[in-house]
Amino acid sequence: MRAERAALVPLPRMEDAAIPGHRRSDVDEWGRSDHAREVARRIFGPLYDKWFRVEWEGLEKIPRHGGALLVANHAGAIPSDAPVIMHGIEVELGRPVYGMADFFFRGVPWFGTVWARVGGVPAHPDNALRLLRDQGQLALVFPEGTKGPSKTYADRYRLRRFGRGGFVEIAMRAGVPVVPIAVVGAEESMPILFRLPGLAKLIGVPYVPVTANMLLFGPLGLAAYFPAKFKLRVLDPVTFDVPSGQERYSKSRVMEEAEKIRTNMQETIYEMLRERRSVWFG
Amino acid sequence: MTVGRRVLITGLDTFWGGRMAQALESDPEVEMILGMGTREPSVPLERAEFVRADQTYSILSRIVRATQVDTIVHTFLVVDSTRVPGRALHEINVIGTMNLLAAAGQSGSPVRQVVVKSSTLVYGSAATDPAWFREEVPRTSPARTRVERSLLEVEGFVRDFAEDNPATVVSVLRFANVLGTDIVTPISINLSRPLCPAVAGYDPLLQFVEEDDVTRCLEHVTRHRIPGLYNVAGAGKLPWSEVAAICGTRLLPISPLATHSAAAPLVRLGLIEFPPELESLLRYGRGVDTSRIGKTGFSCRYTSAGAVESFIRAVRLRRSVGDAPPSYTYSQDIEQFFRHSPAVVHSTGEG
Repeated sequence: MRAERAALVPLPRMEDAAIPGHRRSDVDEWGRSDHAREVARRIFGPLYDKWFRVEWEGLEKIPRHGGALLVANHAGAIPSDAPVIMHGIEVELGRPVYGMADFFFRGVPWFGTVWARVGGVPAHPDNALRLLRDQGQLALVFPEGTKGPSKTYADRYRLRRFGRGGFVEIAMRAGVPVVPIAVVGAEESMPILFRLPGLAKLIGVPYVPVTANMLLFGPLGLAAYFPAKFKLRVLDPVTFDVPSGQERYSKSRVMEEAEKIRTNMQETIYEMLRERRSVWFG
Repeated sequence: MTVGRRVLITGLDTFWGGRMAQALESDPEVEMILGMGTREPSVPLERAEFVRADQTYSILSRIVRATQVDTIVHTFLVVDSTRVPGRALHEINVIGTMNLLAAAGQSGSPVRQVVVKSSTLVYGSAATDPAWFREEVPRTSPARTRVERSLLEVEGFVRDFAEDNPATVVSVLRFANVLGTDIVTPISINLSRPLCPAVAGYDPLLQFVEEDDVTRCLEHVTRHRIPGLYNVAGAGKLPWSEVAAICGTRLLPISPLATHSAAAPLVRLGLIEFPPELESLLRYGRGVDTSRIGKTGFSCRYTSAGAVESFIRAVRLRRSVGDAPPSYTYSQDIEQFFRHSPAVVHSTGEG
């Protein structure tokens, strides 16, 4: 009846069967690919083990299943903390971690694509909610945003403002715990000496850093990290006794919880710095 | 008032109008189908009546009064800017919808339901987008292309209409990019050629809906009188590079800077189709959340990957057996004879 063309071979009309189609790649709905992750792990593995010599403390506090929002401090001109955390949790716990970051990355050709394939997701509240609540995944956010990695060496290990506490509100809405992670080592792996705000504005990027690495290695310094010893400490998961699924939560409550988490992380970082004997050997 | 629905379909001569009329003909609850179009229908129809009208439907109020239609299915919205010049696009989408809604909202109007076939183009495509748009989430970047602007305007009219006529069921369906056995879009043209454009450095995630699912969904909301605004797309998303791989075409990377100018000569030579709305889509892709339409009891039969598969299978068949000439040409005398001559015996319960 619907023969718009006089087909020489009548096409069978499959009436009720669902037609899934055959996928050719393993890229998921966020753009992450297990295959790309494996390649990334193979490249980053030696760096993780031999260069940064990453040490974790309290990994068991990260839930084995179900959604959780990981929050960490953010540092280094081109932050090395994100791949370290994602790689570490994936290797140690066998769970994928979706790293949420500024939309800016999505718009950069090539980089944005690679970033998405290795687990980067633009930090939109809807994205976080879907990952945490509907899919029970681990999502990693840096509440300091670009204010974290853009701070200069003089300000190292001083946590910036935690935005407007959006991450707390998301965790409340999704009904998942917040798991804070304190990171020491990222600051020294690529310290910023000063910034070029004029140039940043001109080329439309959040910040243009001049790092110690660049002074030593020239443009190569963009990719060459100093071998600072990485130490990560997972703090106790924070749960909120509020009903999940609300559209809005009391702003004062949200800010208060965010500040509590920030203070806790700041104190832990100072504690870890007190225990640290050497930047390079831990 | 469930028996004997009288349905008016806009754009009977277009792909979707024809499909929709065919689908409704087999519904015994539908008593009368009236199709409007600027040209003659290109598909064989059993009982749908055809009336020729200009594209802005200036005579629509008279038709609505005279035929007492209770349902209007508005499929005649142009979502492909390569089909018509910009001026005509505005006339068809904006002015056409305005006249349609004016006719449906006139005092004493018999119209009880208006179904509008919109597109997920209204969300646009930008770096700042969420991965999945819910219906109530607005687009994040201003609309720059003509099609997107006109569709936003259309949806605005429809929203106002729904507010002013609370007794009328208003259903708006936003369909993702359509692929399938027969439909021709800039994407399907690109995918059926040996070289297919891509913006270098980007590999966006896309969603597709199969053409049969589009008709099924329009039918679903019409038949069950489901009010509201819904996204419709196949499950899952897949990267553009994978779509090209499934279709056996190679990607032709176009410079990420000055993309439009870089693509212009290739478009001129007829090598690729590259309307502005495709350019942003091939950068950032688009995803829409379809849980709301799912709750009304509708699910797409094809996933996004399934729609691509369905499309390329049809292309392969055509490559082997050739493009058969159209089997049907409309002739007014013959159609009139079959519908209205006392000589024709109408069998009941057909289809």
